[in-house]
Amino acid sequence: MTENIDQSIPPDLAGFNSAQISRRALLAGAGGATAISLFGTSGIESASAANATVRWANWSLYLDYDNKSKKYPTLVDFTKKTGIPVKYMEAIDDNDTFTAKVTPQLKLKKDIGYDIVVPTEWMAARWINSGFVQKFDDAAVPNKKNVLPFLLNRPLDPGRHYSLPWAGIIAGIAWNKKKLPAGINSIEDKTHPERGLFSNPALKGKIEVLSEMRDTIGLIMMWQGVDISKPFTQDKFDNALNYLQKKIKDGWIRQIKGQSYAEDMISGDAVAVIGWSGDINQLNLQNQNQFGFAIPESGGTFSTDNMMIPSTSTNKAGAEAVINYYYDPVVAARVANYINYVCPVSGAKEAMAKISPAQAKNPLIFPDDAMWKNLKVFRDLTAAEQIKFSTSFQKASGNA
Amino acid sequence: MALVKARLNRKRLWPYILLAPGLIWLMAFFVTPIYQLLTTSTQTPGVNIGDYIQTYRFANFIDAIVGARAQFLRSFEYAFIATALGLLISYPLAYAIAFKSGRWKNTLLVLVVAPFFTSFLLRTVAWQQILGEQGLVIKVLRGVHLLGATGHLTATPFAVVAGLTYNFLPFMTLPLYASLERIDPRTMEASGDLYANAFTTFRKVTLPLSMPGVVAGTLLTFIPAAGDYINAELLGNPSTKMIGNVIDARYLQIVDYPGAAALSFILMVTILVMVMLYIRKAGTEELL
Repeated sequence: MTENIDQSIPPDLAGFNSAQISRRALLAGAGGATAISLFGTSGIESASAANATVRWANWSLYLDYDNKSKKYPTLVDFTKKTGIPVKYMEAIDDNDTFTAKVTPQLKLKKDIGYDIVVPTEWMAARWINSGFVQKFDDAAVPNKKNVLPFLLNRPLDPGRHYSLPWAGIIAGIAWNKKKLPAGINSIEDKTHPERGLFSNPALKGKIEVLSEMRDTIGLIMMWQGVDISKPFTQDKFDNALNYLQKKIKDGWIRQIKGQSYAEDMISGDAVAVIGWSGDINQLNLQNQNQFGFAIPESGGTFSTDNMMIPSTSTNKAGAEAVINYYYDPVVAARVANYINYVCPVSGAKEAMAKISPAQAKNPLIFPDDAMWKNLKVFRDLTAAEQIKFSTSFQKASGNA
Repeated sequence: MALVKARLNRKRLWPYILLAPGLIWLMAFFVTPIYQLLTTSTQTPGVNIGDYIQTYRFANFIDAIVGARAQFLRSFEYAFIATALGLLISYPLAYAIAFKSGRWKNTLLVLVVAPFFTSFLLRTVAWQQILGEQGLVIKVLRGVHLLGATGHLTATPFAVVAGLTYNFLPFMTLPLYASLERIDPRTMEASGDLYANAFTTFRKVTLPLSMPGVVAGTLLTFIPAAGDYINAELLGNPSTKMIGNVIDARYLQIVDYPGAAALSFILMVTILVMVMLYIRKAGTEELL
């Protein structure tokens, strides 16, 4: 069964999107990190001076933004309500790069400049295991009760004492509907080649895949019939890697990229990608609904980005207040309405119905049972596996 | 007598005082990092990711070079092509600016330097658009059937070399201009008076006199081009990655600090050796 999701633009969403293209253009193929650290700080510093500023590092396009006021409306409301100023920075472009940059300071117990960070689940687990985060004071985060129950007991942090999910990310396949009206629904299809990403001859040399190993390799492994959430052996991983390597060698894959694949989708240099649901949703809002997104028949990957307080933070109370605020269902709905990623807060769907009825029915924000069945989380890797897999993946990408 | 001595001492001290800022700078930002690089390069992994213990494992260097052989050779190949192309483009340009531009000289020089007003990164991103699907180049090439309907220019070795050539062009043009501009036009006239034709004059007079510029320009282009990773990252594909990409991925993606340090060190030494051989061959010691 194919999850071919209707991505038409709800009229009530059309307003705020002119903001995104310019900000995205700025971040464009910058390859990420450098550009973001150079230009990516759009902060809010106001309100009462009595409270210390909370410094929050997040991914780009991951919080509701108003182009007219150049502010993040939910953050403005937070500061108005609590008097706590927040400096919001789009400082994370890649889990590895971001972590590699702050690790030396974390080890020396020197302030890394952030009170909240939002790495992806597997990387969040590494932070927790390394002792780089602070335990929440449960009384300061009462809204934790609103987190969807199945996300409360993830293996990275059972009971969620150190981390809370900011948003859920689905990786699947996406394509340019102008150039590929029929769309695709699998990684490769031997009986109907035109339906597969790596079998439709029109896509040769026009495909980009994610530099996030767990998503790209995960989708291929699932297509090869491996359950990525259960223990699997090295040879299963190698099979998928060989497949990827062959597709690179045969000229199917143009580039392996982070979030900047979106730029190439807009320019037409890439016609189909392995990409993230929310990105495609946002691209459609800016580009006349030009892109299709599907979870392959063999399944897609699911993960979460997680809010955590670094061990070096001196403003834990402020950070907890911010975190708590975003698990209010109404606030969560406002954010999800903008970012289009899976909303981790129960009650947000009902709140969304009041803001935007169309979005309340969007399965990419509020997945239904059928969709959940088709999504898998990549299993935890040991440190040794992580290094081995990551090295092989970089090798396949030509980087090692 | 004592006064004279003190003055002499002060005189002797002056060169050191003048050198101090530079020496302190070099100690802090060259010697220290090199030392750290070297000590890191022989470490081996500890328990956690990113933990490394000093074990003096010099085999790291062999592992590093064996693993990244292809990218290493490719870096020098691309850098060589970019330098050669840069020289072919820059020499006539510098020549024209130095001898033929008249009152346009300053304007032309400003134009050569103008790209530096924009960030290196943004200029490279611009090339994605110039060579991309919506760019003029690809439309023209398709129009004259030099490129098929599905052919592309971005994510190719061509784009990487083009980017490298473009990005380092001013480094080639300016030293060439500086050394050409210094040539006394009367030497060329004299060559003509001695019945040399234009080509012989160029070969026997202009070119030899401009050699310091050629050497400086090629070095200033080749060295950064060989270590560059931005062009390969933004304009290339997985098969066009250069040594800079490998070092970047080893530091930031794989978190293999020793491997990255070993590669950086090998790259530095290789370039140093090549430069020394080149300068000896070119015979322009006055550059050093």
